[in-house]
Amino acid sequence: MTAALALGDDALVLSHRLGEWAGHAPVLEEEVALANIALDLLGQARVLLSLAGDEDELAYLREERAFRNVQLVEQPGGDFAHTIARQLYFSTYQELLYERLARGTGPFAPLAAKAVKEVAYHRDHAEHWTLRLGDGTDESHERMRRGLDALWRFTGELFEPVEGCEVEWPTLHDAWLTRITSVLERATLALPEGPRRGGWAAGAGRQGIHTEPFGRMLAEMQHLHRSHPGATW
Amino acid sequence: MVTPGPSPAPTPPTPPAAPTPSASGTGLTPLEEELLRLAGAVPDPELPMVSLAELGVMRGLRLLGPGRVEVELTPTYTGCPAVETMATDIERVLHDHGVPEVAVRTVLSPPWTTDAISAEGRRKLAESGIAPPAPLDAAAGGGPVPVALAVRCPHCGSTETELLSRFSSTACKALRRCAACGEPFDHFKEL
Repeated sequence: MTAALALGDDALVLSHRLGEWAGHAPVLEEEVALANIALDLLGQARVLLSLAGDEDELAYLREERAFRNVQLVEQPGGDFAHTIARQLYFSTYQELLYERLARGTGPFAPLAAKAVKEVAYHRDHAEHWTLRLGDGTDESHERMRRGLDALWRFTGELFEPVEGCEVEWPTLHDAWLTRITSVLERATLALPEGPRRGGWAAGAGRQGIHTEPFGRMLAEMQHLHRSHPGATW
Repeated sequence: MVTPGPSPAPTPPTPPAAPTPSASGTGLTPLEEELLRLAGAVPDPELPMVSLAELGVMRGLRLLGPGRVEVELTPTYTGCPAVETMATDIERVLHDHGVPEVAVRTVLSPPWTTDAISAEGRRKLAESGIAPPAPLDAAAGGGPVPVALAVRCPHCGSTETELLSRFSSTACKALRRCAACGEPFDHFKEL
């Protein structure tokens, strides 16, 4: 089940990255918001990975090269604007993808139909913050711009067809670009320029090629389970 | 075999091999209806003022054989951590009523929506200081409701309330504040 791994790993890895904000978010409300989004994604990951095998084994015992998530979700959180840029790119993509999967008859339709309603709130949250930061102070505008620019090269991979997902990828891409362009315009930000993928690094997460920070993230995520196999609360 | 519980209801007969559907139109046997009522009366672990039936998360109950019951439960949010507690609570209640084997299955389809919360459930939420969700506009298809839409303060009744955060103490709630009485409150957000 390549597709279940791809979608499940996206949700699992981003969930872990968002969880890293616990105790560090700029305000309490945002700490709660990011943790809530992480929880929704973890729920999706559990359903998706269970379609592919044993959820715990898949999450905690696979090596880096066996993960099929896009490289965008494994990128470190950076500052708050950087995290919002990652959320904007990813949640916009995920909502459009789940909308399409929900309309289909494939194995992901029930999960997609349920989760798309949750993801709508994630996307809405990211858009609101993009507007506030982009159309805010010089400092917040600059930080939002930096986050969007830095992650731009990881957005091309989102639209690589995933085997087992009956989705028209080119139209999904066009819808994504239209939506992002409109949000950035309203936020007084420019659409980043430059390549959407890099020859050496970006664009290969679906094939198991990951960026350097991912190994460190996995070490932290998996260490408890590996050190104490079968541990329960 | 099913041992009748301490409930004062008439002792249900031992189910026949092929359960006879009741005349109530639900397709459930009287025993299944009784067990579904018991399971549905379990309070929600995070919002104990409402029962699972009032929350609309009970999807069905089937007697698989003597003393063997399968319950279908749907989560409010995919990652809702309360689902496991709900399952344990349902198992306990049915064990206490003489069903030794209880399997609780989580079903996703059709997805749960806040429209599944009963009128009584909404009343109890409001009474406990949680603004109930607005009915979904079928045309809008759910999702985030425009901020402009008024949510009434459960404390003083004012419609002058503002959104503080779309995410709050549990996955299903948003945090708002009332401009009239100044109190913050949870709003069960539309899904």
